[in-house]
Amino acid sequence: MKFAPFIPLLPLAGFLINGLLRNRLSKTATGIVGSGVVLIAFVLSILVFNSAAAGQSQIFQLFEFIKVGSLNIPFEFQVDQLTALFLLVITGVGFLIHVYSTAYMHEESNAHFARYFAYLNLFVFSMLLLVMGGNYVIMFIGWEGVGLCSYLLIGYWFKNREYNNAAKKAFVMNRIGDLGFLIAVFWMIQTFGSTSYANIFTQLPGEASTAVLTGITLLLLVGAMGKSAQIPLYTWLPDAMAGPTPVSALIHAATMVTAGIYMIARSNLMYALAPASMHVVAIVGLATALLAATIAIKQNDIKKVLAYSTVSQLGYMFLGLGVGAFTGAVFHVMTHAFFKALLFLGAGSVIHAMHHQQDMRFYGGLKKFMPITHFTMLMGCLAIAGIPPFSGFFSKDEILVHAFEANPIYYILGLLGALMTAFYMFRLYAMTFMGEHRSDLSHHHPHESPKAMTIPLIVLAVLSVVGGIIGIPALFMHDGHKLNTFLTPVFEGSKQYLEKHEPLSHSQEWMMIAISVSLIVVMIVLAIRKYSKSVDAEATGLGKVLENKWYVDELYDTIIVKPLLAIGGFFNTVVEKSGIDRLVNGVGKGLHYSSRQLRLLQSGNVGSYLLMIVIAIILLIRLVFYVKL
Amino acid sequence: MPISYYIFLAVIIFSIGVTGVLTRRNSIIVFMCIELMLNAVNLLLVAFSKLHHQRMLALDPANITAGTEGQLFVFFIMVVAAAEVSVGLAIIVLMYRNVHSVDINFLNRLKN
Amino acid sequence: MNTFQITFWFLSALAVFSSLMVITRKNPVYSVLFLIITFFAISGHYILMNAQFLAIVNIIVYAGAIMVLFLFVLMLMNLNKESEQQKNKYLLWSSGIAGGMLMIVLIAALDTPDPAIITKPGTGEIGLIKNLGTKLFTDYVVPFEISSILFLSAMVGAVVIGKKGD
Repeated sequence: MKFAPFIPLLPLAGFLINGLLRNRLSKTATGIVGSGVVLIAFVLSILVFNSAAAGQSQIFQLFEFIKVGSLNIPFEFQVDQLTALFLLVITGVGFLIHVYSTAYMHEESNAHFARYFAYLNLFVFSMLLLVMGGNYVIMFIGWEGVGLCSYLLIGYWFKNREYNNAAKKAFVMNRIGDLGFLIAVFWMIQTFGSTSYANIFTQLPGEASTAVLTGITLLLLVGAMGKSAQIPLYTWLPDAMAGPTPVSALIHAATMVTAGIYMIARSNLMYALAPASMHVVAIVGLATALLAATIAIKQNDIKKVLAYSTVSQLGYMFLGLGVGAFTGAVFHVMTHAFFKALLFLGAGSVIHAMHHQQDMRFYGGLKKFMPITHFTMLMGCLAIAGIPPFSGFFSKDEILVHAFEANPIYYILGLLGALMTAFYMFRLYAMTFMGEHRSDLSHHHPHESPKAMTIPLIVLAVLSVVGGIIGIPALFMHDGHKLNTFLTPVFEGSKQYLEKHEPLSHSQEWMMIAISVSLIVVMIVLAIRKYSKSVDAEATGLGKVLENKWYVDELYDTIIVKPLLAIGGFFNTVVEKSGIDRLVNGVGKGLHYSSRQLRLLQSGNVGSYLLMIVIAIILLIRLVFYVKL
Repeated sequence: MPISYYIFLAVIIFSIGVTGVLTRRNSIIVFMCIELMLNAVNLLLVAFSKLHHQRMLALDPANITAGTEGQLFVFFIMVVAAAEVSVGLAIIVLMYRNVHSVDINFLNRLKN
Repeated sequence: MNTFQITFWFLSALAVFSSLMVITRKNPVYSVLFLIITFFAISGHYILMNAQFLAIVNIIVYAGAIMVLFLFVLMLMNLNKESEQQKNKYLLWSSGIAGGMLMIVLIAALDTPDPAIITKPGTGEIGLIKNLGTKLFTDYVVPFEISSILFLSAMVGAVVIGKKGD
């Protein structure tokens, strides 16, 4: 446990080394440094996790950070079970992505390669800061750090204007959310006089009214919406595909988007005391899950499908948080990290093999060219679709069960989303790997990726398959939900304030599982039958709307971006040019003119200087003797 | 004599000196006007010294040296004035040697 | 009106008149001569105020040494002719007005309704060399020595400035 404060320092060191020496280091050295620091951090995280599993938690007061009057915000780390779990996911999955990147990014020049790894390390560092911070301000530093790093990495190929726009979009969308977070932090300072989790949660309930807590939690939710890509701030995430594929994997699986989930899980006590916010969280999550799933069905870009699937899965996590299944949400974060990283890295492997062709309509029949990628991707698809006993089944099932307990409508809509998930994932699978190849093979042959890429895939595939065993529901095995036991210290405080629901009987649960699994299998079969032979025809009607993502981007463009640009244009042409510029230039011109005039006084004529002196003396004497001061 | 008369006399001579400095262009005359101003001040100092001496003597008849300081200041002013004149005249000579004139308006050559 | 007052008025009138002549004469040599007269008048005032030593020093240093130096320079440069061109009329007038204004303002500023009176001469002995010298060589010996350094540096400066050809 005492190593914990060193964990974030390692990626920071990696960032500094790679960033400062990027023109000197070879690619091998960069790769070793970049991956090595994360590996060491991972090993330390395992140690920390073991201590946390033994029930330890600790607050590290590192140094005084902000001290104004009675407000004292130390630079502190809080390491408990929730943090330990996230540490493990971030460094573990992060390490695999680093290893994968060494092969994926090999075509880059030395300096850019090192720049990439520096950003990647900084990303991991920021995320570690976020989950380790002992108060909301430290969390906010990490929060901003991941926003910055996502901007840097999405715009990694900065020569492409579109990519830069995507990066800017991600940054701006995040900023909108950050504002909510920031205001929430200020409100917390005003209400509790502190931002430390320990201080705030011990003051609850009692110090703050439900209304205040609802306000704070809703503002925090706005922050989470931005970072975790929920309606209405989700549009940046699909655009974030502009970055290199491993970056997408990092953003979608290990870091960044899980920040919002982490934050709400961390603030579980506040949310539990503000039932209205919980409902909002659940509804936002559900709406996002459904909307994103519908969009994903019609996308043809392999990364776009995965991106919308991430948004949809994040919606599930929010649903879980909203119905009080904090453990389920965190569980889903973890399993999602495994299979989504797997899917993204697999997609990256495919893209790598297909020479950066991302359109699935030109894929097909890749099964025989890339057996490892195919198999691991299949595992990932099964996991995300929720087929038992893959990991996704357990986590999704837990969320859906809790959703049913809270409100059967949540369950039905959630199940609908899950069915769509199964459908679009196997659509992706079928279009990519099954049937006949649909592009010209005379010039190139798709090939299996190098070991540095396949090994992480295999590791992640194993994790995706078995990751669920830490959360086996009581239905199958008594005391099987290890994660629940593990996270109890974090969430038990809020348990008593949550709305009480009648737990489902075992027979009901069996029935639900049977229904959902059979429906999912039906969807999978449908998808495979439809897409293994052919691709979508030109979409019409609703299909076209879905293909164009419900025109949300266009809607935002019309109601927000265009008016803002118009206002900006107005300020630029009218206020700036004729107002501010004229004022500033006027000051300059006025000074120029007056100094030209004043310069004439400096004739160099000694006589007139003397005259001035005498006149000044006269005036001074007048002042001293006749003006009563 | 009221002390005001001395003040007025000194002020008049001083102002004449100032006027001379302002109106004349011959730098030697300007110099002389400066001497005039210095002398006006000297006169005033001596007058105040005398006044002070009188006052002190009235308070304490044994104190026969009160007010000497004023006269010593005049003495020092003369010292400084003499030094100033020697340097100033040297500068004027130098100036004359360069521009063949002692017109102060030629001093604007300093500008460039 | 006693002798003291008559002498005072006479010397004052002489000083003002001759200083006016100093600034109005075209020929610098006349200016120098009138300035010497002014100095004599001021020395007379010193004697009236029992500052005998200063009166003598004033005549010796100013009227003697310094004015001779002025004359010497004038002669050396052959400036004893009316060579001065008149300058800008406006500047001339404004200069005159400025000088007059200064005088008026100062007089108005220093005018007091009930001035102290300086008694007639013959009282007090501070102007004697003995008293002044005692004070000078005891309390004021440091400034006195410093003034000798001032002279030295002025002399060196004058020589350096006046040196030809560099």
